[in-house]
Amino acid sequence: MTAILRSVIRRDLLLAWRRRSDVATAVLFFVIVTSLFPLGIGPEPNLLREIASGVIWVAALLACMLSLTRMFESDHADGALDQMLVAAAPLGAIVIARVFAHWLVSGLPLVVLSPLLALQFDLPPELVGVLVLSLLLGTPVLSLVGAIGAALTLGLRGGGVLLALLVLPLYVPVLIIGAGALDATAAGLSALPHFLLLAAMLVLAGAFAPWAIAAALRISAE
Amino acid sequence: MLEARELAATRGDTTLFSNLGFTLAPGALLRVTGANGSGKTSLLRALCGLLAPAAGEVRWNGENIRALREEYWKHLAYVGHADALKGDLTVLENLVFACALAGLDIPVTRARAALESFGLSGREQLPTRALSQGQRRRAALARLAVSEAQPLWILDEPFAALDAQAVERVQLLAGEHIARGGMVVLTTHQEARIKAPSATDISLDRR
Repeated sequence: MTAILRSVIRRDLLLAWRRRSDVATAVLFFVIVTSLFPLGIGPEPNLLREIASGVIWVAALLACMLSLTRMFESDHADGALDQMLVAAAPLGAIVIARVFAHWLVSGLPLVVLSPLLALQFDLPPELVGVLVLSLLLGTPVLSLVGAIGAALTLGLRGGGVLLALLVLPLYVPVLIIGAGALDATAAGLSALPHFLLLAAMLVLAGAFAPWAIAAALRISAE
Repeated sequence: MLEARELAATRGDTTLFSNLGFTLAPGALLRVTGANGSGKTSLLRALCGLLAPAAGEVRWNGENIRALREEYWKHLAYVGHADALKGDLTVLENLVFACALAGLDIPVTRARAALESFGLSGREQLPTRALSQGQRRRAALARLAVSEAQPLWILDEPFAALDAQAVERVQLLAGEHIARGGMVVLTTHQEARIKAPSATDISLDRR
């Protein structure tokens, strides 16, 4: 079974590489949206420092949404999804591999770029660390929860908008706790509770989302 | 052994077929015929476990396939009417991935040989979007040349878009598979000449 999961991840990464412009679109969207705020609001360091975590987190949510619509769409259209549904490995496991590949391609770049973008908001170094760690714990949850929405809206007309309406509300707890980690640190409190909550969400989503995604995919194939 | 009992499928309010039953023993062929829209693909998808039948059940060696899941799919090679090829991957990558999903770990030399037997030598490194419709069909069917370990083949319109030579090739492979005790289920509009000691025909046309 691990051989199957390895080839699924390999395939998704290879496809992402061959269509790197798609991947770059979401990442550049993240960079541009976060860069517009300091330009629009003006160079007031205190204000920028305060809004930094919220802006970066919201931009990360939206960038994640952009890549979600593509997650199962083409596989659904060309029959590749059917082959995954009748694969020799449990669908839940294949789904985990696919979500992991999605996160590597569209979540991890956001985590890696965030310290650079934090410079625009004049975040002090200790807060940058908190931001990176909160994104590192939070973005996999975005991929997992988003994939449920992507699977549920598969093959629907206007699926993209519906996906946003379905998934963005579910992202709210991640946003509040993820962005809250920075506020807590800035206020001199420990960010540990926020990290623990994010980690708990990740564990919960990791345990239940694959099952929900697999069920939604099976329904969409019928 | 594949067994269908009192199978029924509906699309919207129309019943495509109902009370359909058959038994497919090792070394047997099942041909499903019928007009467009008569439910051939639905029947095949129900046999694969992709579609929940409106009534009845499909059994593999006496157990319901919806309970067996991977234990059943392990034994199944399904080629749907869509080719399941990714246009951005090469012909060879597509074949190796299709085999990997089915749990077959095939060496690259074997994959190349399979593609060559389908007349795709020299095109292994082309992305499949650069191929013609018929060539893509060949690339999808090439996995049959390495699927002898999977006893049950379910092929939806395998001959669509193929030329006479490729049709001959698929028929030969199916005949060999049946001869070694495999089972083949296929839908076709053409007269399929597959050597099989026991062949069943199911027509989904309303009588």
